Parts: sequence; structure tokens; C-alpha cells
Amino acid sequence: MSFSFRQMWTIASKEYKTYFTSPIAYIVIAGFLLIMNWLFFFYLDHVSAITLQYKMSGSKVLSLTEGIIKPVYSSMNVIFLFITPFITMRLFAEERKMQTLQLLMTAPVSVWEMVLGKFLSAVMLVSTMLLLTLVFPIILAKYGNPDLGPVFTNYLGIFLMACCYLSTGIFFSATSENQIAAGAMTFAAGFFFWLIHMASQSSGPILQVILEYLSLTQHFNKFNMGIVNTSDLIFYLSFIGLGLFFTHRVLDSYRWRD
Amino acid sequence: MIEVSGLTKIYGQRTAIENLSFNVSQGEIVGFLGPNGAGKSTTMKILTGFMPATSGTAKIAGFDVFDETMGVKRNVGYLPEIPPVYFDMVVESYLTYAARLHFVPKVKLKSAVDRALEKTGLTHVRKRVIGNLSKGYRQRVGLAQALVHEPKVLILDEPTVGLDPVQIIEIRELIKSLKGAHTVILSSHILPEVTATCERIVVINKGVIVAQDTIERLTTRMKQGLAFQMLVKNSNPVGIEALRAIPGVKSVLAESGVQNGKISIEINPNQGELRDRLLEVAMKGNLGVLEFGSEKLSLEEVFLQLTTTDQANNGGQS
Repeated sequence: MSFSFRQMWTIASKEYKTYFTSPIAYIVIAGFLLIMNWLFFFYLDHVSAITLQYKMSGSKVLSLTEGIIKPVYSSMNVIFLFITPFITMRLFAEERKMQTLQLLMTAPVSVWEMVLGKFLSAVMLVSTMLLLTLVFPIILAKYGNPDLGPVFTNYLGIFLMACCYLSTGIFFSATSENQIAAGAMTFAAGFFFWLIHMASQSSGPILQVILEYLSLTQHFNKFNMGIVNTSDLIFYLSFIGLGLFFTHRVLDSYRWRD
Repeated sequence: MIEVSGLTKIYGQRTAIENLSFNVSQGEIVGFLGPNGAGKSTTMKILTGFMPATSGTAKIAGFDVFDETMGVKRNVGYLPEIPPVYFDMVVESYLTYAARLHFVPKVKLKSAVDRALEKTGLTHVRKRVIGNLSKGYRQRVGLAQALVHEPKVLILDEPTVGLDPVQIIEIRELIKSLKGAHTVILSSHILPEVTATCERIVVINKGVIVAQDTIERLTTRMKQGLAFQMLVKNSNPVGIEALRAIPGVKSVLAESGVQNGKISIEINPNQGELRDRLLEVAMKGNLGVLEFGSEKLSLEEVFLQLTTTDQANNGGQS
């Protein structure tokens, strides 16, 4: 079956607009910015205090990368774990509940166009949020001399992490008519893949490798340090792809049910 | 325009529809009539390409509903039982969305939406949020959605359910106005609904077609009479038995042994003319006929008869 980017875009743009006709987008964005700005200010203040202390004692200066960029962006990653379920939970669950999925299912739209269209709308919302945080590196660059490499890798890592949460979320949204249940399941699954490496300490050598590989956090840590590995990229892309694939299977199965 | 042959759908153990065959030609309005749970919605879902059938074939506008689903979907406008409207969207942008999903070219979007709004009488609420509209208006928005891409075939699942009488008449008029330009199939479990809008009806019960004909022919067939009533002076058992013995007579109900008794005679369908014979036997049997006339069955009764007899026949199987 052929894939139409036009159809995908029609769905993506409609969904993106829908975020802003409901309070969800505003609450999510406002909450996100409030926490992020507070964290940024907190670390900035912390670093300037420490720098002052170091200068007086004559020792090494804490770098902007270590003191601000790394902690701020790894906190941002945690926040996305909490807020992405709110972004994805209604995508399919609401359509099922309100019986509007019939419109899409009987329109000349393929299931992939539907899944990718909805996913894209969520990705666009997350990207909007990320763009709003670009003010942090701009402030740092204006008043200091930060290393922009880690800034870039952190954004890339967070973007991929968020896409993993979104693809999990879209899957759970497709499996349920209940938004809250879909959101809760997304959070539980995200949390699971986030902490899975913790179990590796008490397991055998082979299992340890597997568990660490499956952990979303372990892969993010590299990006956080400023390293981009092909293997990490492949891991994230596979994770996202698998989530979307399962979503496709779930939606396709509707046609066979009562 | 619509060709259905041998369509069967089985859900697990339950047979929803069995061996349905019917045709609808270009510009026709056909009513799909049957009690709740007869398989109307299932048939419609298959025709829209939403759900595959277990066996049989169906073609819409030349496209096979199984192999050429996209072609079918482009040429069909579908209004499900519950209109698929987004409560948080404005009427106009909802219709634009539906039009875009159906490949209406960008330059024609506005005119397509305007036309659908006008046809369904929604122009004055175009800027309103759908969730704030009344049920009747939401139904119209659903209908406008089905019309917006000017499909060749319209499939409407219970389009007037839950509306008030005035809205029902409006929607019926609207459907009638579509005749010629679109081929329409609409389902209903309410008979007047179908008689008011359709030229031809397909009666379905328990997944099987029990009758299909034009409304005119169905009513004339009924007017010829399947049932007669006699008022007799002397209702004697011998005469009644004689009536019962006439080939083609299904049942005779009589108030036996009374003065001026009523006798109801029901004859099998497609029996042809039996009135002469009935009177002859009645006279020979010394009943003393005072009045004789056909008991006119309304279409409603025919529908009931068709669907309930079938139910009795199938009773043993289910």
C-alpha cells in the first residue's frame, strides 16, 4: 500500500492544533517551563556561588558543562518522563471512546498514515517545548563561554528519549478507550525502561549486559556527557520503531473485531 | 453502483450476516430495513471497506471492497450510527479536515465545505464548536462530513435516530434531495423512515434478506390481500372446516357457533386470486355471508410479518 505524506500531514497538523484547543498543551508547556526555568536558575546560581568561592581559594573553576548543562538537561529528561504520558494519552483513546476513529478508518487513510501522523503531532509539541528552552544556551553564550558540543548532544539525546516515551504512549493509547489508563500505563512502562539497569547489579553477567542495554537511561548518559554513538542512535530508533509498529498492529486489528 | 453477492460475516461463533445479495443502481435510494441486531451495521461496515467479510464479494463504483479498499473509501461517504465528530472542533474546520482526508484538492476545499454546509443547512453555525451544538445539528454535521467530498455512494447508518420529529423531517427531505446525484443506502429499524425516503427496500432479519422490492410493489402485493375478513350470519363448524380445506389458505380464525360471527382468513403469500373460491365455499357451507373484505395490511404489518415469521422458523437453530 502506498504511503501519502499529505494524509499524514493532514492528521498531524489537525492533532497539533487540537493540543492548543484543549488546556493540555498549555498546562504541559507551562508546567515544563516553570520547572525548567527554576532548575536553570538554581544551577546558574549554584555555579556562580561556587565559582566565587573557588576564585577566592585559587583552585580550578567549575565548567559550565559540568555545573549547568549536564545537570539541567538530565533533569529535563526526567521531566519528560512525567509529562509525555499527558501528551500521548488521548491520541487514540479519545477517538475510540468518542467513536471518531470510524472517520479515519473509513476515509482513504492507511493505518501507517494515521499512526505516523499522530506521532508526528506529539513530536511537534515536544519540539516546541524544546525550542522554548533554547533560551538557556543563549543566556549561557551571552554571559559566558559554554562548550556548545554537549548542548547539541543533550538536545539530540532528550529528543530521542522523548520520542521513545511518545511511541510507548501512542501504543498504550491505541490499546485503551480510557485515557487515564493509557497515561498510567505509559508512565509505568517509561519508568520501567528507565530503571531497568538497576536490576543488573544483582543479576548474572549475561543478563546484566542485556538489562543495561535495554535501559533508556544508560543510553542517555552518553549523550549527556557529549558523546554520540551510532549504537545508541540505533537503540533509540529501534525502540521508537517497535512502539509504532505495535501501535499499527493494534489499530489494524480493530477491523477484524466486532 | 453497488453490487453485493453472497456476502457472509461470521464473528467467532455468531453469524452476523449470511449470503446477502443485492444490487443498487446509480442514483437510487435504497432502504435497509430490519430490527435491531439484524446485521445492518455489519453490512454497512463491510461496504465502507472498514471491515472485511468472511466470504462473498461486494463492489462499490467498480471497486472491490476487499482488494481496492482505497478506491472504495474515496468514493463512499459514510455516516456511522454515532456521528464521528470531534466535540472540540469548529464545524467549518471539522469539515475541512474531513474533505482533506478524502483528497479534496486544496483549491476546492473552501467551495466543497461551503456546499456541504449549505446542503445540510449548517451555514449559520459554521463557526460554532461541535460540542456545543444540539444532537440534531451534530447529526447534520456528520451528514455534511459524509457529503463533503461529493462521493458517488452514500452509506447512512440510522441517520435520524434520536432526533426530534421536526429534525427527522428535515433530514429526510435532505436525503431525498440527494437522489440522482448520489446513490444512497440508508439503514433503519423504523419503517416510516424508509417509506418516506426510499424507493426500494431490502428487508433483513437475523442476517438474511427476507424481502426486497420497490415500496410500491410491496404495498400493492399487500393490498391484494394476504388476509380477509368475513362477517357471517351462521358460523357453523362445517363451513369453517371447508374454508380451512381450500388449498392456499394458511389459517382460519373463527368465532364458532355464534350469530354474526367474524371469520379471519389468512392466505399464503403468492397464492394469486382466491376470493372467488372463498366466497363459493362459504356459500356452499351455508355460512350466510354478510360482509366480505380484505384486511389491509400496512407495510408495518408486512414488515412485522416478514421478520417475525422468520424468527419463528429460525427459532430452533439459534
